[in-house]
Amino acid sequence: MATVTAEEMLSIEERYPQVFRRPLYKRFAPLFLFVGILTYLIYVLWFFSLPQVLRESHWERLPLFLTQWISYDLQPEFRLDQPEITPKYPRFSALGENPNPDWVIKNPDGTFTVLIDGPAKSVTFDKAQATIVANGETVPVALSNGKPVITGPVPDWITAHDDEVVAKMGFVGEVRVTVDRVKVRKRFLGWANFVFDTRSPFFGKSAGEVVSLIVSGPELKPGTSNLALAGDNICNNAQWQHGDVWTKLLQTIVMAFLGTLLGGIVAFPLAFFAARNITPSGVLSQVLKRFFDFMRSVDMLIWALFFTRAFGPGPLAGSAAIFFTEIGTLGKTYSEALENIDDKPREGVLSTGANGLLVQRYGVMPEVIPVFISQTLYQWESNTRGATIIGAVGAGGIGLKLWEAMRTNSNWANVFYMVLLILLVVFIFDNISNFLRRRLSRTIHDYNRIQAEQG
Amino acid sequence: MADAWRRQTSLRRFYTVLGVGLLLAAMFASMWFADEANAGHFFDRLPHILDFLSWLIPKDWNDVWRALFDVASPHDTGTQEFNFPLGRIYVWGGFYIPEYFELMITTVNVALVSTFIGFIFAVPFSFIAARNLTPHPLLRLIVKRFMELLRAFPEIVIAGLFAAIVSIGPIAAIIAIGLHSIGALGKLFYEINENIDMRAEEGLRAVGANWFERVRFAGLPQVLPNFMSYTLLRVEINVRISTIIGAVGGGGIGEELKLSISRGFGAKTLALVLLLFTTIFIIDQFSAWLRRKLVGEQAFMMGA
Repeated sequence: MATVTAEEMLSIEERYPQVFRRPLYKRFAPLFLFVGILTYLIYVLWFFSLPQVLRESHWERLPLFLTQWISYDLQPEFRLDQPEITPKYPRFSALGENPNPDWVIKNPDGTFTVLIDGPAKSVTFDKAQATIVANGETVPVALSNGKPVITGPVPDWITAHDDEVVAKMGFVGEVRVTVDRVKVRKRFLGWANFVFDTRSPFFGKSAGEVVSLIVSGPELKPGTSNLALAGDNICNNAQWQHGDVWTKLLQTIVMAFLGTLLGGIVAFPLAFFAARNITPSGVLSQVLKRFFDFMRSVDMLIWALFFTRAFGPGPLAGSAAIFFTEIGTLGKTYSEALENIDDKPREGVLSTGANGLLVQRYGVMPEVIPVFISQTLYQWESNTRGATIIGAVGAGGIGLKLWEAMRTNSNWANVFYMVLLILLVVFIFDNISNFLRRRLSRTIHDYNRIQAEQG
Repeated sequence: MADAWRRQTSLRRFYTVLGVGLLLAAMFASMWFADEANAGHFFDRLPHILDFLSWLIPKDWNDVWRALFDVASPHDTGTQEFNFPLGRIYVWGGFYIPEYFELMITTVNVALVSTFIGFIFAVPFSFIAARNLTPHPLLRLIVKRFMELLRAFPEIVIAGLFAAIVSIGPIAAIIAIGLHSIGALGKLFYEINENIDMRAEEGLRAVGANWFERVRFAGLPQVLPNFMSYTLLRVEINVRISTIIGAVGGGGIGEELKLSISRGFGAKTLALVLLLFTTIFIIDQFSAWLRRKLVGEQAFMMGA
């Protein structure tokens, strides 16, 4: 291995001063940047009083909310202070008006058994005693002394308050026992009554029964065919509101489509006057460019709020907001694309004595149209996502519905349903736009290849 | 030859006309649909479109400045429309930050912090997701899908979810925008990573460098300017999203603007719009300048 002598090292240092003798500010720039960011983060920590907010936050709600996205619960209550024990279900429970679930069992000896997860997690009770079974343990709770008393050791999954015994059984549910009532919460995976709600005559029927009713059954509601009735029941499902959700989703799609397309149509001619190499006047170019900047900087939110005020809430306001923002964005990108064109075709067409319009048509447009379309598609894609958010301020579409479903903190399954639909739409539109852009870039590619081959 | 050419052009022309026709049909159908679904209809409202501007024009133009800097207005009759000095936030003796500047700072801080979060997570993710640098193909697939999910997930749902956990306000907005930024930046970053010059990486591999060292000394120096450029672009976008999330309960200037417009406070609205517009304009211009310094003219290539 060759050794480097001191002189050689010096000569290397001299030959590469940009590596070995960098100015001080350059050498310490990363350090300064790091210290700056650290200082900023500490400032932000103080600004948002982060430690306090985190201390006061309820992280235990997160798993609860997330389970509610994909599950629902039923909460029967059994009054013990009445002559006869009868299960009571909340109004509008997912079981409909005549609930008779097979997991609530009336035993021959007068006791009730509620199977929360089969017999392994269940509760059996009468007026004097409740027996809670879970995690391989059986815990008797005496109810006759005026307050619930657990005989024997209390396992850690049971919390014994003075007047109530709470047994948590994980995901599947919980049991709350007091002297005068037993309350059960049983959780089911899935979405309740997703197709037909409890008011529908089709409620509780299997898919086969529904199909045979639609095909050959007697009219359930005189005057309407069963098919129309089923469709109507699905659309107006009280909990899921399929009809409304889908209409709102369509509004969101339409907002993005209309706003981007109109923005493109308006920006297209303006971009020619804004492009420095094409415009007849430099002043016009500057004015138009500042106009584009203005339209972009006013922000979609401001436009959305203004148009909601002008047109009333709805997709018209949203489309107009996206339209105005897009004039700015597309105008800017279009004019930049025009400024980057190859001038030779234009000069060629010009030399044949063609007038201004024809020069643009045959000298410029073939070169920029694929780029324009590609950029418009890109904006369309991103507006489809953005339209969801501005909907929440009242500009139409699914955003507001989503926001309202979230505010009550009880409809997380509905929220998840809408999120899934939005994800699906975004996915489909991303793919359409990607496909079209790939086709376009292949066209550009082929065009370049042919030109290269022809020299 | 000429015949074939003519046939081809006429076919092409037919397709173009068909495409444009379909597009126009879809456009008019959409217009009709949007108009039907809206609370007020386009042609009914059009003559009144300037009416709503009448409340926007303040009686006294000086009120705009007063609203912006929280200076007492002579029109103050105790209503919310002119109670400008109430919003003052005193910092040091008589020195105060006007309310709207404080709100604007909140919004900008939300954008900056969430971009920072996005950047911190997106950099390692992007190296895992890049085809040429990934430590394991399976890991690459998982990270890629995860980032796609983060990107497509609507921000307001995350904001709403965390509003219920950490209380409504800027923290929920930071989490929502931050998560979205991870996905958005991660995608742009890994596409850059896949186009790097691999010779440096091969050199490091030859001397036995591990994955971390290869990424740090072969990948990062090549891509950092581009990363910074995209991050700056993301700051611009995040300021806008942060304003919108603010309007639906995330705090900051968006909320105030929404209230002010819905109550028809002309001077306050103009002050807010002016401040928001100026801030976004300055941030855009500054970031464009910085990006030009970092990566040259190509920083202006948007989309595509």
